[in-house]
Amino acid sequence: MTAAATEATPAGRASRAASSATAPPRLRASGLTRRFGARVALDGLSFEVAPGEVFGLLGPNGAGKTTAFRLLSGVLPPDAGTLSLDGREVSPASPAYRARLGVVFQDPSLDLKLTARENLRLGAALYGLPRAVSEPRIAEALRVMDLGARADEATGKYSGGMRRRIEIARVLLHDPDLILLDEPGRGVDPDALRRIWDELAARKAARGTSLIVTTHQPEEAERCDRIALLDGGRVTATGTPDELRARVSGDVVRVRGDRPEELAETIRARLGLAGAVLDGDVVLEAPRGHEVVPRVVELFPPGRLASVATSRPTLADVFAKLTGKGLSS
Amino acid sequence: MTTAVVPEAVAAPGSAARGRSFAPSVVKALVGRDLRRFFRQPSRVVGSFAQPLILWLVLGAGLGGSFQPGANAGGSSVSYLQYFYPGVVVLTMLFTAIFSTISVIEDRHHGFLQAVLAAPATRTALVLGKTLGGVTIAVLQAAVLIALAPLAGFSLAAIDWPVLLGALVLAAVGFTALGFAMAWWIDSTQGYHAVMMVALIPLWMLSGAMFPPAAGGVMSALMAADPMTYVMSAARRGFHGAGLPAGLVPGASGAVDLAIVAAFALVAVAAAVALCRRRA
Repeated sequence: MTAAATEATPAGRASRAASSATAPPRLRASGLTRRFGARVALDGLSFEVAPGEVFGLLGPNGAGKTTAFRLLSGVLPPDAGTLSLDGREVSPASPAYRARLGVVFQDPSLDLKLTARENLRLGAALYGLPRAVSEPRIAEALRVMDLGARADEATGKYSGGMRRRIEIARVLLHDPDLILLDEPGRGVDPDALRRIWDELAARKAARGTSLIVTTHQPEEAERCDRIALLDGGRVTATGTPDELRARVSGDVVRVRGDRPEELAETIRARLGLAGAVLDGDVVLEAPRGHEVVPRVVELFPPGRLASVATSRPTLADVFAKLTGKGLSS
Repeated sequence: MTTAVVPEAVAAPGSAARGRSFAPSVVKALVGRDLRRFFRQPSRVVGSFAQPLILWLVLGAGLGGSFQPGANAGGSSVSYLQYFYPGVVVLTMLFTAIFSTISVIEDRHHGFLQAVLAAPATRTALVLGKTLGGVTIAVLQAAVLIALAPLAGFSLAAIDWPVLLGALVLAAVGFTALGFAMAWWIDSTQGYHAVMMVALIPLWMLSGAMFPPAAGGVMSALMAADPMTYVMSAARRGFHGAGLPAGLVPGASGAVDLAIVAAFALVAVAAAVALCRRRA
C-alpha cells in the first residue's frame, strides 16, 4: 500500500506531501457504520487510499456499496466511524472536506434543461470557483470532449455516455484530490467508458488524484490498484487484483447447463470436486483446469451441458470463494 | 447567516476553494439556474401571467355585481375589479412560489439535487439559493402586473412603493421558503400539488383577497390568524397609497402589516433550513 503511494505520487504533488514515503493516506476510513432502522447497511468499514491510488469497493447489490458511497461523499452522516484526509480527521459533512472531493453519482445529476456549458458553469460555481479560473477550464474540458459544436445544446439531447462524460468533466473542474465514482460503468457504452477511464487516468497521473470506485462488475474492479471486497456491509478481503486472485488456487472451471444443482451433485459424486452454484453456473476450482474439462464433459450424455470452460480466476470467482455468493445476485 | 468558511488548517494549500465562503457563489448560481429554466419554458412564462389575469377578469366581472366593498364605509367606493386586483397579484406570487419550488422534487428525482448536496455549499445556502430564485421570478411577475394596474383603476403615481414592494418581496420570500419546506418533505409532485392547493388556496381566500374582512365572529378570527391577510392588507395599502378608502383593510398600519409578513417570512425560511438540514 505504501509502495503504491510512493510510486503513484507524481512530482506535481510532491509539494503537498513533503515526503511521499511518509505521506499519510489520502483518505483513511475507520469503522464507518450506518444503520437503517434495525438493518446494518455498513458495519465498520475501514480502508486506506494512497495519493494517486485507484481503490475499488467490489460487492453485489445490497453489500453496502451505495451506503458507503453516500457516507464518503458527505451526503449521509455515519452512525459511527471517522474519516481522515491527508492525515487530518475531517467531518464528512464539513464543506472543507466536500470541497476537496469530486463526486460522480450512479444516476446522472446534470440539469437536462441546461446546456453542457451551463452545467459546467453551475458545477464550478457550486464549488466556489471564480469565473476567471473556471472559464478556461470549461473551454478546455469541452475541447477535450470534442463538444465544441454542441456545447450550447441542452444536455437532455445527449446520449447517456456523453452525459456521463460531462459529469466527469464537471467534477474535474475544481481539481479535487479525491474522486468518488458510484458504478461508473452503468448505462455507459464501452467506448464512452474507455474515454472516461482515460480521462481519469490522465488526471491521476498528472495530479496524483486518488479515486474510489464502487462497482459490482469484476471487469471494472480490475482497473483498480487495490480492491476491498464488500459483503453484508463488511470488508471480506482487501488487496491488489492479483493478490486477491491468488486466493483461488489454479484455474476456475465453469459448467453451464439446466438444473445446475444436479450437475454439481454428479460432479461431486463422480469426480470428488466440490463445486458451488453461482449465478446459474457450477463453478469448480482446480489446479489445472484444462485437465478437468474433458472429465466433466465425459460424465454427461451429449446435450446435457450447454458449455464447459476453464479460465484464470476472475475477481468474481474470488468473491464467490470468500463469500459463497455471486456478484450479480 | 451562512458561513461556509473553510478552516485554513483543513483546506489544502493550493486548493482553489481555500479559505473562502461558498455561499454567495452558490446562491447566485442557483438563482441564475432558476431564471434560465423559467425563461426557457415559455409555457411557464405565459401560464403564470395568463392564469391570474383570466381569473381576475372572469371572477372579477362575474362577482362584480354582487359585491360592494368599501360602499359601507361611506364615501368613495371601489369597484370589484379594482378590489380583486391586489388579490390576483398575490395569487400570482403564490403560484410562482409553488411552481419554482416544485423543481426541488424534480431535482431530487432527476439526480441534480445530489450534486448540490455533495458540493461544499451549506444547506442554508441551498435554501437561500432556491428561495431567492423563486422570489426573483415572483417579483418580476409582480412588476408586470403592477405595470398593468391602471387597467384595474389604480394610478401608478398614487402607489406607496415601499409598502407595496416590501409586502410583495417579503411575501414571496415566505411563500417560496414554505414551498421549499413542503417540497423537501413531500416526495411526489402530485402530493406536493395536493398539499399546496389544499393548504394555500384557503389561506388566500381567507386573506381578504376575494372579499373584505368580516367584522367579528369565527371568520374574522380565522382571517386575523392568516398571515396572508397581512400580505393582502399591506398590498392594498401600497396600491391605493394615500387614497386608501376607509374600512378596506384590517390592521392598524402598513408598518404593522409589514412586520407581521416579515416575521412570517423569517419563520418560513427557518423552517425550510431546519428541514433541509435534517434530511438528506
